[in-house]
Amino acid sequence: MEGLLYLENGSVYRGKGFGAPGSNVGELVFNTSMTGYQGILTDPSYMGQIINMTYPLIGNYGVSEVDNQSGGIHAFGFVTRDITFRPSNRMSVMSINEWLEQQGVPGIYNVDTRAITKKIRTEGTIKCVISNEGISVGQAKDMIGKTELRTDYMREAGVRERAICKGVAGEGQNDRSRGAGLRIAVLDFGIKRNIISGLTDRGCEVTMYPYGTTAEEILALNPDGLFLSNGPGDPEACGLGVKTTRELLGRLPIFGICMGHQVIALAAGGRTYKLKFGHRGANHGVIDLETGKSAITSQNHSFAVDKDSITVKDMVVTHLNLNDGTVEGMRHKTLPVFSVQYHPEGSPGPNDSQYLFDRFVKMVREYKK
Amino acid sequence: MPKCENLKKVLMIGSGPIIIGQAAEFDYAGTQACKAIREEGIECVLVNSNPATIMTDEGIADKVYMEPLTEEALEAIIAKERPEGVLAGFGGQTGLNLAMELEGKGVFAKYGAVLLGVNRDSIRRAEDRDEFKTLMREIGEPVPGSIIATEMEACRAFVAEVGYPVIIRPAYTLGGTGGGIATNDEELNTLVTSGIENSAIGQILLEESVAGWKEIEYEVMRDAKDNCITVCGMENFDPVGVHTGDSIVVAPIQTLRDFEYQMLRDAALKIIRSLDIEGGCNVQFALDPETSNYIVIEVNPRVSRSSALASKAAGYPIAKLAAKIALGYSLDELKNYVTGETSACFEPTLDYCVVKFPKWPFDKFKTASRRLGTQMKATGEVMSISRTFESALLKAITSLEIKLEGLRVPSIMKLADEALIAKIEARDDERIFAIAEAMRRGRERSGTDPRFTRDAIFELTKVDRWFLSKVDRIVKMEQTLARAKGKLNAEIIYEAEEIGFTDNEILELSGAKREVLLDIRAVNDIYPVYKMVDTCGGEFEALTPYYYSCFDAEDETRVSDEKKILIVGSGPIRIGQGIEFDYCCVRGVWAIKEFGYEAIIINNNPETVSTDFDTSDKLYFEALHIDDVMNVIKKERPQGIILQFGGQTSLNLAEELDRRGINILGTSFESIDLAEDREKTTEFLAGLGIQTPPGASVTTKEAAFEAVGRLGYPLVVRPSYVIGGRAMQVVYTDHELLEYLTEAVSLSDEHPVLIDKYILGKEIEVDAISDGTDILIPGIMEHVERTGVHSGDSISVYPPHTIPQSVQDTLVDYTNRITRGLGVVGLVNVQYAWDGKDVYVIEVNPRASRTVPIISKVTGVPMVRLAIAAMLGYPLKDSGFGTGLYPSKNLTAVKVPVFSGAKLTDVDIALGPEMKSTGEVLGVDTTFEKACYKGFLASGVHIPLEGSFYVRLKDPDKNAASLEVVRAYAKEGFSILSHGGTLTYLQENEIDVAEASAKEAKTMIAEGKITIVLDVPTVANNPGTDSFEVRRYAIERNLPVLTCVDTAEAFLLALRMKKHGDQPDYRSLEEYVRR
Repeated sequence: MEGLLYLENGSVYRGKGFGAPGSNVGELVFNTSMTGYQGILTDPSYMGQIINMTYPLIGNYGVSEVDNQSGGIHAFGFVTRDITFRPSNRMSVMSINEWLEQQGVPGIYNVDTRAITKKIRTEGTIKCVISNEGISVGQAKDMIGKTELRTDYMREAGVRERAICKGVAGEGQNDRSRGAGLRIAVLDFGIKRNIISGLTDRGCEVTMYPYGTTAEEILALNPDGLFLSNGPGDPEACGLGVKTTRELLGRLPIFGICMGHQVIALAAGGRTYKLKFGHRGANHGVIDLETGKSAITSQNHSFAVDKDSITVKDMVVTHLNLNDGTVEGMRHKTLPVFSVQYHPEGSPGPNDSQYLFDRFVKMVREYKK
Repeated sequence: MPKCENLKKVLMIGSGPIIIGQAAEFDYAGTQACKAIREEGIECVLVNSNPATIMTDEGIADKVYMEPLTEEALEAIIAKERPEGVLAGFGGQTGLNLAMELEGKGVFAKYGAVLLGVNRDSIRRAEDRDEFKTLMREIGEPVPGSIIATEMEACRAFVAEVGYPVIIRPAYTLGGTGGGIATNDEELNTLVTSGIENSAIGQILLEESVAGWKEIEYEVMRDAKDNCITVCGMENFDPVGVHTGDSIVVAPIQTLRDFEYQMLRDAALKIIRSLDIEGGCNVQFALDPETSNYIVIEVNPRVSRSSALASKAAGYPIAKLAAKIALGYSLDELKNYVTGETSACFEPTLDYCVVKFPKWPFDKFKTASRRLGTQMKATGEVMSISRTFESALLKAITSLEIKLEGLRVPSIMKLADEALIAKIEARDDERIFAIAEAMRRGRERSGTDPRFTRDAIFELTKVDRWFLSKVDRIVKMEQTLARAKGKLNAEIIYEAEEIGFTDNEILELSGAKREVLLDIRAVNDIYPVYKMVDTCGGEFEALTPYYYSCFDAEDETRVSDEKKILIVGSGPIRIGQGIEFDYCCVRGVWAIKEFGYEAIIINNNPETVSTDFDTSDKLYFEALHIDDVMNVIKKERPQGIILQFGGQTSLNLAEELDRRGINILGTSFESIDLAEDREKTTEFLAGLGIQTPPGASVTTKEAAFEAVGRLGYPLVVRPSYVIGGRAMQVVYTDHELLEYLTEAVSLSDEHPVLIDKYILGKEIEVDAISDGTDILIPGIMEHVERTGVHSGDSISVYPPHTIPQSVQDTLVDYTNRITRGLGVVGLVNVQYAWDGKDVYVIEVNPRASRTVPIISKVTGVPMVRLAIAAMLGYPLKDSGFGTGLYPSKNLTAVKVPVFSGAKLTDVDIALGPEMKSTGEVLGVDTTFEKACYKGFLASGVHIPLEGSFYVRLKDPDKNAASLEVVRAYAKEGFSILSHGGTLTYLQENEIDVAEASAKEAKTMIAEGKITIVLDVPTVANNPGTDSFEVRRYAIERNLPVLTCVDTAEAFLLALRMKKHGDQPDYRSLEEYVRR
């Protein structure tokens, strides 16, 4: 099976195919994590995107039954330098090849993923076609022309209807008494399971709400706090999420991660903008301006919050990316609202910022009193 | 800005001589740290007794004290220099132990200095087994069941409770000296005893064994603000049970799910925080593949061999940042030096796979046990980088220079099934090749043999199945190539190259002709591309020109239009080719830059300064194989290539490069060949009227005995083309000669065996620089031991103190004529023997030598720079250093070799023509006696002032001179003990001597009654003999074991200095050289 990656700018990369036969158009991004491909592929934030892994050896420890971050793979395609057909790990139930096949996702390997990464670095995230069913470059070009990339996947990446979430038993250990009795409403734009675990492991009762849920609907069940999740797409396409959030500012303690963070910025009257090629990986340093301490973070985002646009709207920048100085966290000057751009839940990535869940739980607890 | 504004001067403690477990990595770390300190405008004072290092050269520290690393010396230097801070985390275990002692005695406080980066509490908690375990339990990190013991009884009780196997780890040792895994009472006895003895505090840890679990390491950094990062996670191919220094190590971690990876990362961060370390630290874990349970094995609260590897693997200069942190910076204030833009507070991400492979000295130590365990045996290592694990592994094997370019070892492929399985179980240095053969048999039998399936081999070795699959992929490729006989095509070649097959392997397996391969390669453009090591997986643009080859689509080297010169490095550290060649390469790089050329280096040793990211203008991390060197040349098109700095490794490439028309700078291939070929050399020297020991070159036993008839015994025998006197021996009888020939000829088929008359006399070494017309001899070194002891193992002295001026004149004259006659341009090293009458040439080495850094430092003559100048056509006479013999400095320097004798059991420590030392120290002072004393002190040899002197002499040494030496020891108050022929001889000569059999001697050694052993064997390397046993027994108990009467004489001088002399005076090298 021949693999093809065709970029909108005309670049062609040929390799071998794996996973499910197919051809998809998506936005080509790269991820620099050396571990955790299973969590990455199942992160709903990758919906509409084709992931190029910078680490060349993928699939080493196979696919387990416990590492999915959602119901299945959301990415539209997977590009690697090399894959392992005979994985080795006690938790492995199948190989990455079998898994992509089962999930209907096309993959290609044996391509120069570093060259692709550098292309994205210099030209920005780019529209592309991934195919492993032998289509020609001409056909790929046609597909690209005919397909419009969507920016509003957050509208469908989360739950379709309200759901009480008992939480998935995480492998981590946390003190459940901290959040016991607290009811958290989650506005779901495509949440990762480990974020839910971050709340339920601390004893919180979590109710998930689909995109489009209004402030009244959320308040009707009298929650103690609101969580805004991560999710795919452009925050500006998340109109209803922004509206609901705006209405709840000051009425509930709010914590947002990633898309949730951007939605808070928009709800507060700020702006977001698209980064050239985003941040995707598990190694960026982020400094907490309020403690002066830094943490290594897991990241997955294309958009960022415009710093100047929020500081005039009663928001305080609390975290900055040490590499490019982009906003990584903020809080409201007076209201119990804070958010981070990065992923404190890791999965994959460091657990250094798990404390933010505690901070949220504590904030909700105090607000409740 | 640094937090510690008050720091104006910092003292750094080096690691001293190279020994197994503490090698070049500390020169690398120390050099980085010195540079990091000086960048801040802080004065750096360095104390290190190792003369071969870069760090002790001019331009690294502000002031260098080449003085013994002892408490007395350190205190005197601190009292004199009054530094505000002391850095001890860059000098390995030696530096750390010394700092602990000094801190404990309040020495730093007394002089107003503070220990930077590490504090005594954290070192103690990390290194004292008991305290470490207590701390781990406090913070909830799992540790194996264990006890701390100082005697045998407690160990037996512990084993009665938990059962075998158990691991014995001595506290405070280097490279796990004296430790091991015991599976029965006998092993327990041996290991516990040696462990307690080897521990600096007489303490061992006895713990439940987790042998077979995965061994995982993290390199962690932390700053004073409590920011923590892991620079690199590494996974050992070999599971727990083999010392990590003896393991094949892979970076990044390959077989852990993110959950497991983060679990261990969290633990590593928690541990460095609990130890309150500010700087770098290494944490080792064992992970049970069946349950994902883990335990913490150990922590090194300092930079280490692993941190050097991690730095090179990830492109993140740990030592440099650790130094900055020690000065008060926090990680978020520092830049990533590789990208120049992004923050140092991040975790490097690799987009390649790195394999480290140990280099063992078993080719030299033929009697040594090759079994690997918890005691490290490797002297060095290679690292390789590629886009696949398979390719990185094969590149590493090629880099080892063990005449292998793949996984096929003929002797292993010949083994019967049962023998093969036994070989795998034996867990020796060749295990990976045995595993490959097992996978091969599994394939050949189509998976039908249950002994050779992936699972079966896993059960046998506990090597993760992922690694086994990778080995299998290589084996599969071998078969593909074998099947492609005559039908070799581009696709197969590309695939083979992609997983690391060399041309030779492809040709050998496929049976194709080289021309065919080269044609297919040229037509289809199958050449490697170069990719950059950039710390960030390509996310950001990087500035550092640090490259590796791979088979992939895009080449990212930026080849400049500058004039450029390529230096070929010296590969892994091994006995006979150590850090001194890295010194020469680095100095070479600096000089090339100075002369306006771009300096490119190719090397594969992760421990060294030459492979640091900011040493050269461009670094290629590659095997030093002709194909790899040619690929770099093809890419860079340098004006010339320099081979004379990389030791025998680079010199061996001369012929092939010359044949391909490459411009070798300096001495030409013809001249190199002339100097390396004994027969041609002898003829050439005879033409100059210069004597060599009469000899013959033979290829058969018959011819050998014919030569004996002409020459008579004793004889020196050796194979041609040698490194470090490999397989060289002095033979006295027909029997010895026959035995030798049987071994040596099989060792080297291509090259004949050389038989020379053994010249009894003084050995003298001359290093010179030549520009083709003039020469400059910066200094001459005289050996203390008579001829027959390898120059690397001799104590040697600068300037010569017993060689008459007339003989020195002859040496200068000879060197001049030889150099000119050969057409040497650059460096040359000539070894002479003087029998009191005539001067003979023993060896001409048209390259850098072990003594170049020493002579450069004690004379102030920048030998390597002058050599480069000569190669580039600048006449020596304009150099400002003159020509001929450079006037001697008003100082004496004594080089004392250092052996790692205690590490390799079953190896004879007796001096002989085969080199055995792993490193060296330099004692510098105003007189021979004082310098000699400092040399012995620095070498770590204990100098006893009383007790019994046990002596045994070989027959040729039973003479008046030896009697004088024995009498002198008696006069110093030692009671003399001996037995056998020596006893009778001493008695006959009216020396007051008592009898002690070998057995009695051992007992007396154990009881501390015998304190010095002088044992001169007739034939060394003969395990099982009495005298071998005594020597081993004594060396393992840290006694001075002298195996040459000359050494004993020099040792006596040191002993007298200690006993009667004043405290030595410690001065910086500059003070001595400038006198």
